[in-house]
Amino acid sequence: MSVGSDVGGFPDAPGARPSVSRRVSAFFFRHPRVRLAVMLGPGLAWLGVLYLGSLGALLVQSFYRLEEFTGLMVREFGLATYRVLFDRANVDIILRTTAMAAAVTLACAVIAFPLAYFTARYASSRMKALLYLGVVMPLWSAYLVRVYSWKLILAKEGVFNWFVERIGLDGVLDALLRLPGIGGPSLSQSYLGMFIVFVYIWLPYMILPLMAALERVPATLLEASGDLGARPGRTFHRVILPLALPGVIAGSIFTFSLTLGDFIIPTIIGDSSFFIGAAVYVQQGTAGNLPLAAALAVVPLAIMAVYLVLAKRAGAFEAL
Amino acid sequence: MKRRWRRMALLGVVSVVAAACGGGGGGAGEPLQELGDGEGQVNIVAWAGYIEDGSTDPAYDWVTQFEQDTGCQVEVKTAATSDEMVTLMQEGSGFDLVTASGDASLRLINGGTVQPINLDLIPSYSTVDERLQNASWHTGDTDGDGEAEHYGTPYQWGSNVLMYNTDAFGGTAPTSWGVVFEEQTLPDGATNAGRVQAYDGPIYIADAALYLMAHEPGLGITDPYALNRDQFNAALDLLRQQRTLVARYWHDAFIQIDDFTNEGIAASSSWPFQVNLLKAGGAPIDSTIPSEGATGWADTTMMHVSAPHPNCAYMWMEWSLNPKVQGDLAAWFGSVPAAPAACTGNELLTDEGCSVNGFDSFERIHFWKTPQSDCFEPGSGKECVAYHEWVTQYLAVIGGR
Repeated sequence: MSVGSDVGGFPDAPGARPSVSRRVSAFFFRHPRVRLAVMLGPGLAWLGVLYLGSLGALLVQSFYRLEEFTGLMVREFGLATYRVLFDRANVDIILRTTAMAAAVTLACAVIAFPLAYFTARYASSRMKALLYLGVVMPLWSAYLVRVYSWKLILAKEGVFNWFVERIGLDGVLDALLRLPGIGGPSLSQSYLGMFIVFVYIWLPYMILPLMAALERVPATLLEASGDLGARPGRTFHRVILPLALPGVIAGSIFTFSLTLGDFIIPTIIGDSSFFIGAAVYVQQGTAGNLPLAAALAVVPLAIMAVYLVLAKRAGAFEAL
Repeated sequence: MKRRWRRMALLGVVSVVAAACGGGGGGAGEPLQELGDGEGQVNIVAWAGYIEDGSTDPAYDWVTQFEQDTGCQVEVKTAATSDEMVTLMQEGSGFDLVTASGDASLRLINGGTVQPINLDLIPSYSTVDERLQNASWHTGDTDGDGEAEHYGTPYQWGSNVLMYNTDAFGGTAPTSWGVVFEEQTLPDGATNAGRVQAYDGPIYIADAALYLMAHEPGLGITDPYALNRDQFNAALDLLRQQRTLVARYWHDAFIQIDDFTNEGIAASSSWPFQVNLLKAGGAPIDSTIPSEGATGWADTTMMHVSAPHPNCAYMWMEWSLNPKVQGDLAAWFGSVPAAPAACTGNELLTDEGCSVNGFDSFERIHFWKTPQSDCFEPGSGKECVAYHEWVTQYLAVIGGR
């Protein structure tokens, strides 16, 4: 009885050394933990050091404070900076930003729903591809270019005003612009204009998750709802909306957080009032007030955390 | 195994925190005593258009000759704001020089980011405009020996101007900054509310202080950048009043140009740059320096405390004062040369260029400098509002508080 030379099924001739790649793969085969570490390592390092690390550094900075007299940073833990954060001017900034983010999210959801519903339910596959392309296409051109062109479109002597005048609705527009709070000398210099631009810029991020969610709603359920005597409104409320809610929430997380953090649009469109992003930029750059900038940057994190908790309560993640 | 991982994670967090806490510091070394050979390169942080090598317009080139003469290749990093300049220099990634405005230069000096220079190595310094040679925004007695150190060579200066729409003002220039601060009916019969702009930077508080200096002598303002609490609050009140008139604050020259073209803006503080561009485009625009005077900027070429190419940096500072360089640059940028010799015989600037750009208004201009809590008089016991508060308060004013 001779013992087979190909022990373990390896076809190599006895004495010949296996190739390098074979030895490497054999090593990983025998050490599954090392394999796991090598595969997860880069991603975890990225997340852990760059993402969580910088978040941690941000949090730490926000507990430092700026010495009143010298304007230099004092590296001692304390809540002095957070007290400044709740000055009326800063609270204004936070409320203004949050209100805008909420309004933009709501508008995006209302506009996106019919479009997403049509695309998911009724469009032929050709049409679907076309609509999909149409939604995604604006993302191909530079964000800045699109914002600047909106500034031109909404200017007092811009094409939008010209059009409104031609169709005889300039009285309506003037009345809108005279509204306290949201009005201004022209659309491009008012909150109303800023709102329009925000909705335009972030709309695709609402449409895409909504489409995906609505496509997953089984048509049979809608038919069943109708068969059981529900009117369309009731079907929408009791069947479609709850099933599509994860999509709405996913989209709203995009539009809400993106509006919270944006610092370009408020500096180009609107009446120059500060939003959180722009305030962070100015505090860390111009003022050299890193602690306050960090504290301001913590605000969107906190708001988003609250938002996610509420969304979870509403059962948004159960259907995922 | 598990525990080791945890320890490594902890190490990572600690090192990140340590990195966040570190930085800063770094004492100023002794300035160079003797000029050596060039290092073959010099890296400069500059305003856009400040260092031209002929690639934008072949007629405007003050780099090629320098590179040929010294063998120092010029690398330029452009910055859009003073704050960006300060940040770039503080990060210290191999920059030698920066063309810092007065609202950045003191921050750079106080932060220990730039080093004192040895004027003996810059023979042309004597040709610099005497009004600039010992200006407070680039000199200071930082080592306490009773003698001020120089922190760079003046490069160019200019004035902020009151830009206005000639149609709105019926062809006569406004004589006071009041048109952007106080509500009034303009010569074209309409109110100025919603038709004026203001600069979107905290340093603009000084413009309000300058206006009060002339119209509210009781406040006793002598320097619009050194404001005590009462003066500062008065300036803020004026700015809050202005807030109700301002449609939008400007910080981007091209957005302002667009607003004067498309939004029917009638008046604003501005730079000669925008005025020249709008006039060149045929717009009914002109500018003036009103009776109160104006704020302005004066830029200084400053040297990083750990400049990797000190010899080339000194060679550039010497070269930058050359009348040809100074004149060409002034023509290109709409500014005033730091070396008056440049005002005559320069083809691009022409002999009128200096006075057009404001050479004779020097006394009426209050140059940007970063407000200091000691009112620029260390040891005097005076207390002024520090710059970081200018920032937060101006933010609040723009937000309508």
